[in-house]
Amino acid sequence: MDMKVSKKKLGLKEKYQHMTRGLGWETTYQSMDEVFPYAKYEGIKIHDWDKWEDPFRLTMDAYWKYQAEKERKLYAIIDAYAQNNGHLSVTDARYINAVKLFLNGISPLEYMAHRGFAHAGRQFPGVGPRVACLMQSLDEIRHAQTQIHSLSNYNKYYNGFHEYRHMLERVWYLSVPRSFFDDAITAGPFEFMVAIGFSFEYVLTNLLFVPFVSGAAYNGDMGTMTFGFSAQSDEARHMTLGLEVIKFILEQDPDNLPIVQQWIDKWTWRGYRVLTLVGMMMDYMLPKRIMSWKEAWEVYFEENGGALFKDLARYGIRPPKWLDQIEQDKDHISHQAWATFYNYAAACNFHTWIPTDDEMDWLSQKYPNSFDKYYRPRLEYWREEAKKGNRFYNKTLPMLCQTCQIPMIFTEPGDPTQICYREVDYKGNKYHFCSDGCKEIFEHEPEKYIQSWLPVHQIYQGNCFNEGVDPTAEGFDPLAAVLDYYHLNFGRDNLDFEGSEDQKNFDAWRGMATKNT
Amino acid sequence: MGVAAIKEYAFESADRLENFHGNQLLYIGWDKHLMFCAPFCLPLPPAMRLGDIIEKVLPGVFGYHPDFARIDWSKVEWLKSGQPWRADFDKTLAELGLKHKDVLRFQTPDLNGIKGSAS
Amino acid sequence: MSKVFIALQTNDDTRSIIQAILADNPHAIANEQPAMVKIDAEGSLVVRRSSIEDLIGRDFDLQELHINLISLTGHVDETDDELTLSWNT
Repeated sequence: MDMKVSKKKLGLKEKYQHMTRGLGWETTYQSMDEVFPYAKYEGIKIHDWDKWEDPFRLTMDAYWKYQAEKERKLYAIIDAYAQNNGHLSVTDARYINAVKLFLNGISPLEYMAHRGFAHAGRQFPGVGPRVACLMQSLDEIRHAQTQIHSLSNYNKYYNGFHEYRHMLERVWYLSVPRSFFDDAITAGPFEFMVAIGFSFEYVLTNLLFVPFVSGAAYNGDMGTMTFGFSAQSDEARHMTLGLEVIKFILEQDPDNLPIVQQWIDKWTWRGYRVLTLVGMMMDYMLPKRIMSWKEAWEVYFEENGGALFKDLARYGIRPPKWLDQIEQDKDHISHQAWATFYNYAAACNFHTWIPTDDEMDWLSQKYPNSFDKYYRPRLEYWREEAKKGNRFYNKTLPMLCQTCQIPMIFTEPGDPTQICYREVDYKGNKYHFCSDGCKEIFEHEPEKYIQSWLPVHQIYQGNCFNEGVDPTAEGFDPLAAVLDYYHLNFGRDNLDFEGSEDQKNFDAWRGMATKNT
Repeated sequence: MGVAAIKEYAFESADRLENFHGNQLLYIGWDKHLMFCAPFCLPLPPAMRLGDIIEKVLPGVFGYHPDFARIDWSKVEWLKSGQPWRADFDKTLAELGLKHKDVLRFQTPDLNGIKGSAS
Repeated sequence: MSKVFIALQTNDDTRSIIQAILADNPHAIANEQPAMVKIDAEGSLVVRRSSIEDLIGRDFDLQELHINLISLTGHVDETDDELTLSWNT
């Protein structure tokens, strides 16, 4: 009997070749430069797009198969979590505020990343990176959707989740993540890839998704753990794409090196500033702590980032600028950020609180050089005052950094008692910065950053009140008017956790979940 | 350096003086009192006296701090853009040469925050 | 020498994968954290299809790793039989 000879299956490399090459062509009705108008203006020179190699040789058919499987797993857990009143099994209701920050401040960036990669993919004349960008663009919209689905469970029970889209473009602190991504997406396609694909995905997202999401699991939040790890499973592919982008650009032409280096410096610093929020989430908002921000920084930035930049040295790339300051800052930024949100708790869509004694002891153990000396005294003072009914609510608007848009809360390198002030005069106006990094980024592209929509200045210009509101009317209350504009419900979404509706509801519902009366 | 762009790229500052309805912005920070997480941004009329700012505006801004009531304003040291600056409480912002978005810091050498922690 | 790592979710699918990785990479160290395992290795780390198949008793496509992968570092070299992570230094 004849053996049936089946055609040998293609190997991974051949299959990838077949499914990602030969899909493009030289256009003739219009010139290539007209069809790809953004491919050259940034100064990056590409001679051979076919040199692009995707390290994960994932093709569209395999992509759909594995993504579908991830989705089924994710939704099985999300459903079980919802059906089982999983929200009542988190350590305590303070934790939910970390999730509010995630949905309001981070999930919308997933959607922007979707747009950004779709745009970059469209603009690259090479087929390899276009396929990779297309997949990442699909991943990112999946992340936005799964996060919104997962977090909508919390919106049924807790305050502050209700208007994340509206708030993103208005609420003061959300201008930080929003302007970060707006900056990236308004750059050219190559800068976008270095900004988001490399600096953010490769160097920084581990800090967001790995220890924080593991922390969510530790705090009983299956929902967040599931979307977090499901997103991060795509992230591994994004990271390799980010690294491939750098290698590809640098191997194409020696003139690309200084441009890429400047982008790495800029975007590592920009991303690092945004991650201040995550530092605070890890150190202050997880009731059960898994590792400190500083420890996570050492593992995921210093160790991994160190290995990465050692490897890239063969292309002439050096580690990002301002690392010496970053090294000193790791003892401070999470505390400085928490103090900021404690100050402005009346204008936030989540609650803040003073850590318990146990938590303060944990912080002083994790931060022996800084916590007791600089931060514990103010927290203890605030706690005493709150006990007397005099909880601190800072009602005056802060000075913001023109570049990162974070209030000027950061201290001088080497002196944690002194706010760091930097300024630049540009075309007859003064601009202020929180750091040498933010100042230098401005100086490189002042025309871009003089357009910054700084929430504090916008409020003073009268642009943050609802239509018809008259700021000159007798008894006008600017804070109330701004909160209305934010769609933030005073007394429900904002103020201290102690005494909040969330706190009362959680206690009552948890009681109902464990007792029959 | 300029922005790499596909066509001319020029914009006006989003925060130019004329957008503030007759006010100018003054930033003010109190050194070694980081309980206030950042310096403040205040929209003020250029014709306002510095003394009026100290008497009428600053208590609402910094008054929560127990050190505030203890400040001897005659001994306060001032910095403008990080350089020593001579304050004159009787003069207006305009007369003092303070421009839109100038930054003042004041130092109270005997007062160093909660338990001397610069908080 | 720089370290590479691979992090996987802790679940039934990954138990054998982790076991195979540790057997194939005696220099690797598993670091268990809530809901995840991070495997660190000096220089390089290899994930071998055949070792996983021996443990699970069925065919395994290395791309199935994507389902439970959390993160990794290093340059990736992927073939039908092996996935290797390494640094060039």
